[in-house]
Amino acid sequence: MYETLDQAPGKIGFINAAGQAVQKLPDDITSEWLQRSYRYMVRVRQLDKKAVALQRTGQMHTYPSCLGQEAIGTGIGLAMQDNDVLVPYYRDQATQAIRGVKLHQILQVWGGDERGNLFEGAAAKDFPNCIPIGNQMNHAAGVATAMKFRGVRQAVVVNCGDGATSRGDFYEALNLAGVWQLPMVAVINNNQWAISVPRSLQTGTRTLAEKATAAGIEGVRVDGNDVVAVYHAVSKALAKARSGKGATLIEAVSYRLSDHTTADDATRYRDAADVNKAWEYEPIKRLQTYMHEQGCWTPEQEQSMLAEVQQEIDAAVATYLGQTEQYADEFMAHVFEEMTAPLKAQREQLLAKLSRQEVSNEH
Amino acid sequence: MSTDANTKSAPLQVAPGAKKIASAKASKQMEKAAEKSGKLNALPDNKKKMQENGNNVHVVTLVEAVNLALRRAMTDDPEVVLLGEDIGINGGVFRATAGLRETFGYKRVIDTPLAEPLIAGISVGMASQGMRPVAEIQFMGFINSALEQMLCHAGRLRNRTRGRLSCPMVLRAPYGGGIHAPEHHSESTEAMFAHMPGLRVVIPSSPTRAYGLLLSAIEDPDPVVFLEPKRIYRMVRQEVSDDGQGLPLDTCFTLRQGGDLTLVSWGAMIHETLLAAKVLHKEGVEAEVIDVATISPLDMDTILRSVEKTGRCVIIQEAARSFGVGSEISARISEEALLYLQAPVQRVCGYDTPMPFPKNEHLYMPSVADIVEAAHKTLEVL
Repeated sequence: MYETLDQAPGKIGFINAAGQAVQKLPDDITSEWLQRSYRYMVRVRQLDKKAVALQRTGQMHTYPSCLGQEAIGTGIGLAMQDNDVLVPYYRDQATQAIRGVKLHQILQVWGGDERGNLFEGAAAKDFPNCIPIGNQMNHAAGVATAMKFRGVRQAVVVNCGDGATSRGDFYEALNLAGVWQLPMVAVINNNQWAISVPRSLQTGTRTLAEKATAAGIEGVRVDGNDVVAVYHAVSKALAKARSGKGATLIEAVSYRLSDHTTADDATRYRDAADVNKAWEYEPIKRLQTYMHEQGCWTPEQEQSMLAEVQQEIDAAVATYLGQTEQYADEFMAHVFEEMTAPLKAQREQLLAKLSRQEVSNEH
Repeated sequence: MSTDANTKSAPLQVAPGAKKIASAKASKQMEKAAEKSGKLNALPDNKKKMQENGNNVHVVTLVEAVNLALRRAMTDDPEVVLLGEDIGINGGVFRATAGLRETFGYKRVIDTPLAEPLIAGISVGMASQGMRPVAEIQFMGFINSALEQMLCHAGRLRNRTRGRLSCPMVLRAPYGGGIHAPEHHSESTEAMFAHMPGLRVVIPSSPTRAYGLLLSAIEDPDPVVFLEPKRIYRMVRQEVSDDGQGLPLDTCFTLRQGGDLTLVSWGAMIHETLLAAKVLHKEGVEAEVIDVATISPLDMDTILRSVEKTGRCVIIQEAARSFGVGSEISARISEEALLYLQAPVQRVCGYDTPMPFPKNEHLYMPSVADIVEAAHKTLEVL
């Protein structure tokens, strides 16, 4: 069973699944903005598709798809300023790409290469993906504490899935954000599945947003498949955070249209009918319909955008596949700022072993 | 005036094999440490000299030395911030942060909500942005829920971002037994942290080393778990010059020279170890006493050079016997100095049990007699 996406309680949305505006769009939403967000969503979906294909052909390792959740990452990415800090979980490809993480770096991380975490630009102080569930919430509270301590007008955005809301660190961080009035925006990507466990088995509360109440912060619930709604809610929360008025918890209701990761097979635990139903609510088609009907998107624009995106993805894949190998001892070189004596000795052993075995392989 | 057994019978020496001394700063620390050892050998003269130099000399206990180091680090770096439970108004349950809120204010001496994973986790977050959080966990028995943050994040952040982000945080905790505390207040689980890549684990055994090592821990660009042996928090007073100079990390300290056998220990057990060395001295046996100080990364060179000289080694730890720091040291000696050994390495340890309730605590804790007995055992072998 999944939550009825258009009847979820208290949920804010602007563009519904049919591509119709259910209320007047915020003033800052221009045609150009819609086109840009549409392009970002299409780009990350194409990247995602390519990543899964690379994994299936043995050219990448386990990968967590963000299929169906592109509006959440895109809305967040467009709402953030360069000097804000993102503390992501592992389905935030869309936000990362908008913040300047190179597409090939996203592939590189899931291809098993730490150099993919060498973010630059706006992402230079962003955290890498957090794999253990919920731990990143406390990191974000710490980043927000640093911002507050320094008295800067910046904020942190932290993301997690619905499963993470069952963790202690989720509540600890929100609680701290409440009591210290931290400049923090926490976004739950409620894609309704924590691998095989549905949202209904995670918690007895009706919504996830209401968990904000216990922390004394504002909780809002948005249609996570409506990029305008996500952007609007995150923008408002960020402005509030930057002006010292405290934290917000945003529950963005979406649906995981993919398996949990490429190592998962969701057909084992959920009905095809539910997934098919959820496809009717996915974020990209509705925005395309809306833009068509508003007369701000033509088939020609679609074609040229698709071609551009394809080129960008192809270039990223080529860069990813063409990466030089890491030095053999690189995995030891960054454990400490200066390599410790025991590690130096172990490095010598490793290098000596490799050179011996190389010689013996040649024979 | 010092009542520390260390300083009377034992010249404080920095091991000749000390590493991590590549940088100029570290060399300076090294010189300073050597200088300090001189001072400790001849306190009256040096006290005069320090005062002439305008240095601020304090006669302090170990916990007061911690306080002094925190105060110094906070004075020197405005981004050093203290976090923990009851550390602000209350000054810490052991008074380690007493008076610091009055001096530095509530923004830098922060009482956190009661959640250890939070304390460690926000420290990771703050450190990632370049701040220097020094967090306190009230007792080591309560540190366990923070292990996830230390293992999964603090120790890995630099590596997994290839140096883009780092984690210059310190996690302090009082540790160890022997003070008749309630359950979960007497643990010695330093080996858990020592087993985690990317963390330093540092344990002082005297006021001087508490001051110098804590300053270095706070300055260190990587995460440090700083464990304070609370049984000796107030056991001795020592002169500490509050000159802001750290002692080198990743380095053992040889507290007593001797050619007959090597005693290796750390933390509160250094006290019993030095007393055992005195007993042995009366018997005509000269023990070399090594304070490991930085548990990880381990300065094995100092221990190996000593064992090569003495051929006999006893390792003393309060922690449970199996899979501990003593096991690692013993393994390394067997790998790298077997042919120098004249007797099997002995370990004097706690037992593989939870720390008993106070009534039976004395049965668990290693004693001077245990150490002397183990030393005799190594000496019996010809």
